[in-house]
Amino acid sequence: MKTINALISASNVSVIKHHKSILKNIDIQINKNDFITIIGPNGAGKTMLLKCLMGFYKPNFGEIQKKDKLKIGYMPQSINVINTMPMTVKNFITVRKKYDDISFKQVVSEIDIRQLVDKQLSVLSGGEIQRVLLARSLLNNPDLLVLDEPAQNLDISGQLSFYKLIQEIYSKRDISILMVSHDLHLVMVSTKKVLCLSNHICCSGKPQQVAQDPEFISMFGKDMANMMAVYQHTNHTSQIDNHLIDGEIK
Amino acid sequence: MSYYGESIAHSSLLGVGLGILLGTGINFGIIVVCLLFGILFLWLQQSKILSTDTLLGVLAHLALSIGIIVISLNRIKIDIHAFLFGDILTVSSNDLWMMYLGVILVIFLVSFNWSSLLLVTIDEDLARAEGINPIYINLLLTTILTIVVAVSLQIIGLLLITAMLIIPAATSRRLANSPEQMALIATLIGIFSVILGIFLSVEIDAPSGPSIVVVSATLFFLSYLFNFLIKKD
Repeated sequence: MKTINALISASNVSVIKHHKSILKNIDIQINKNDFITIIGPNGAGKTMLLKCLMGFYKPNFGEIQKKDKLKIGYMPQSINVINTMPMTVKNFITVRKKYDDISFKQVVSEIDIRQLVDKQLSVLSGGEIQRVLLARSLLNNPDLLVLDEPAQNLDISGQLSFYKLIQEIYSKRDISILMVSHDLHLVMVSTKKVLCLSNHICCSGKPQQVAQDPEFISMFGKDMANMMAVYQHTNHTSQIDNHLIDGEIK
Repeated sequence: MSYYGESIAHSSLLGVGLGILLGTGINFGIIVVCLLFGILFLWLQQSKILSTDTLLGVLAHLALSIGIIVISLNRIKIDIHAFLFGDILTVSSNDLWMMYLGVILVIFLVSFNWSSLLLVTIDEDLARAEGINPIYINLLLTTILTIVVAVSLQIIGLLLITAMLIIPAATSRRLANSPEQMALIATLIGIFSVILGIFLSVEIDAPSGPSIVVVSATLFFLSYLFNFLIKKD
């Protein structure tokens, strides 16, 4: 039953490219209302895993099952051809999309890009472009939002507000999120599950569990683990409900 | 990828040579050779053995050289000059009908696949996420380019076809606010350049291709000047 309910379920997925093992025996399941963050060093196969899960790339071994009529919203790291042609934000968000005016307006106010819709893509800042990409990925009310290092090109305050926005989307919409991110200390508050990837899955689980995992510490260093602990700590008050429930169970 | 068009144009000379040699006619030869070249290129690019620029540089000039060798064989008596730089006097009424057909086909293919072409141009992964297979769109683009090369070879000449792929679009980029506008304005600029260029070539007895490109490039610089003056005000 479990596999049928999952949005995407991958079992034993391996990718070999140029005689090099990019992904090795990956098992992952994305369920309804999941918020999974994939972390890992450069060349760990994070983007490849996303590509396999979304069906862009067929793995050499293993099986990937997608739920019927699964709607995926995908937000790439960046888009390349911005200056070669003129295009307004509205034009970009809606190209090749079936949409109605109400859902367009809803997305625009949700992502807070009302003042951008008539501007040309070429004049936007890095942070504005990320917001526009996010808006496009949300226009069709996807069941699953896939984000590939969405805040990579932003400064620290831009990163903070971007992850806050993701958190809002997650809590307001009936949506699952799968994200690749290096900024683990910033997504700690939102993410429900962390998956640490280095060609194989090193460790996975709740953020605070992963932070204590020896493999995680050897990969990211003690500083990162400590930093995560701090962020976790400062968030106690906002997660008070969860803690009460935890307390009861214990 | 602008030079993808140039490479297809270069490979067309081989099509001209083979078309005459095998008696299948020039247009047929061009279409078959350009399509095969385009598919070969896409396949090699997919396998990522070489960088795109290297691949285009090697294949395009190889195809051009083989084309020139084939045409230089004693049995074929044609004027290479006309194919390199364009000669409007070689266009027969039959060719004219081929051009009409080609234009209709290109308009049809582009407008029916417009949004997919647009999305693949912006980002291939974004297109993939929304159910487009970029390979098909790239094959479509190859087909469109092949038709364009085949119908404009005799007027513009294969060395200058790229100019007409790039210059009107670059001029239009300055004036347009959307991709649709850019395509429309570029088309109008292209038509205007061809008409004026042909008049110029008659007036000074010059080959048609270079005359058209000179007009087109002049419009390009004028559009920049125009833009500059408007921004100054």
